[in-house]
Amino acid sequence: MSGSHVHALTVHGHSPLHRLPARVKLVALGLFVVAVVATPRHQLWAFAVYALLVTMVLVVAELPAKFVLKRMGLEVPFVAFALFLPFVGGAPRITAWGLMLSIEGIWAAWNIIAKATLGTAASIVVIATTETPHILRGLGQLRLPPTMVAVAGFMVRYLEVVGDEVRRMRIAMAARGYQPTWLGQAKALAVAGGALFIRSYERGERVHQAMLARGFTGAMPDLIDDHADRSDWAVALSVPLSAWLVAALAVAA
Amino acid sequence: MTQPALELESVTFSYPDGTAVLDGIDLRVEHGERVALLGPNGAGKTTLLLHLIGILGGGGGSIRVAGEKLDESSLHGIRRRVGLVFQDPDDQLFMSTVYEDVAFGPTNFGVEDVESAVFDALTAVGMRDAADRAPHHLSGGERRRVALATVLACRPDILVLDEPSSNLDPAGRRELAEVLDSLDTTLLLVTHDLPYALQLCERAVVMNKGRIVASGPTGQILGDPIVMAENRLELPYGFTPGTSRS
Repeated sequence: MSGSHVHALTVHGHSPLHRLPARVKLVALGLFVVAVVATPRHQLWAFAVYALLVTMVLVVAELPAKFVLKRMGLEVPFVAFALFLPFVGGAPRITAWGLMLSIEGIWAAWNIIAKATLGTAASIVVIATTETPHILRGLGQLRLPPTMVAVAGFMVRYLEVVGDEVRRMRIAMAARGYQPTWLGQAKALAVAGGALFIRSYERGERVHQAMLARGFTGAMPDLIDDHADRSDWAVALSVPLSAWLVAALAVAA
Repeated sequence: MTQPALELESVTFSYPDGTAVLDGIDLRVEHGERVALLGPNGAGKTTLLLHLIGILGGGGGSIRVAGEKLDESSLHGIRRRVGLVFQDPDDQLFMSTVYEDVAFGPTNFGVEDVESAVFDALTAVGMRDAADRAPHHLSGGERRRVALATVLACRPDILVLDEPSSNLDPAGRRELAEVLDSLDTTLLLVTHDLPYALQLCERAVVMNKGRIVASGPTGQILGDPIVMAENRLELPYGFTPGTSRS
């Protein structure tokens, strides 16, 4: 079961970043990502500055390098896609290491990899230093509709419950001699997926009953008190505002 | 004259296809009384519990809680006074931390000083230190006790539990019994665990096919071979109900 799991997303700590209120960090993250995305791809120096900023924040957050690198694995599918571009892009081409590479394709790949890496790293900093309930609460304070916040909360809560159900179903299938082969597994998996959907739907009904039983009338209670004062905003916004300055210079150059 | 804590009169309920689940239930539970609701699978026990807080209804009959009739206008207040602990704690614990979950009910019901309600309830079930933990990181027994705390925090007059001892290890089962025994609220306990019923409840009510077919002191019901056999009730091997509470 799930008793011994640690929270895979958050790294417990007491750094200045851990202490910042969630909504402040979320706003800072959003602004930083916009600055990165708005930067023209050929202004290499700007990306170097962004990388420096993110590295500084990672150091301040006292996050273990191994954890960050592991979480960065999230972007591998995007990187894999980007690495195709130099081969399929149009002329003009150059020859490097015996390969014909499209110059436009190389720039496109660089653009995706650099921006995705910076965005992923910045997101990891925020997520790793903020407990999930606080992130949800922060999103609510930033005027994300309460229903969406509640749905996200339930997703986090029930991910492991549903994950356990999937594991149990797979074990039950294996126990009765099911040996998945590439084509043969399609039907059994579809059936299992359908069963899982019904089970999850029924659980949703029972959870709703349990909510009604404790007086739910449509609004989730607001429980976490995380006051943000001016110095919190100043500290958190210093990073994205520096990035905006860099982006402005890069666009102007 | 004092009103009973709970009074059901001719409560009926059928599925849309016409299958009768509750076929005229009459039940009276006095203040402070502890009643075990026994019966085979499919007898309608869980359906009855969902009627007590108005989640199911509309089939006919009436339900009164401390004299107040359950209807649209009294629903919210009655849901606070009747605390239902669901069978699967994973259905009951839906927030991301234990504290938030226990605070969910008191916040909705407008209990004053939610924080002390939460910590009183967690202390009562011996889970005070778990307030910041996530429900899915708790053991089965801990989850069951937190689920109980989520209801205790609403300060209910009647505590209703659906199969509280299922899926618990022997020590978890005993610890939960100790917690329940320490409470002085009216208790309605649905269970297949007959020794548990005998340990905790002075009276047992037997349900079968949507009707109440027997009611009496728990020891007496468990010692009646005809009632037991007719309702698929069986004591564990080697167990004799020698010591009744009452």
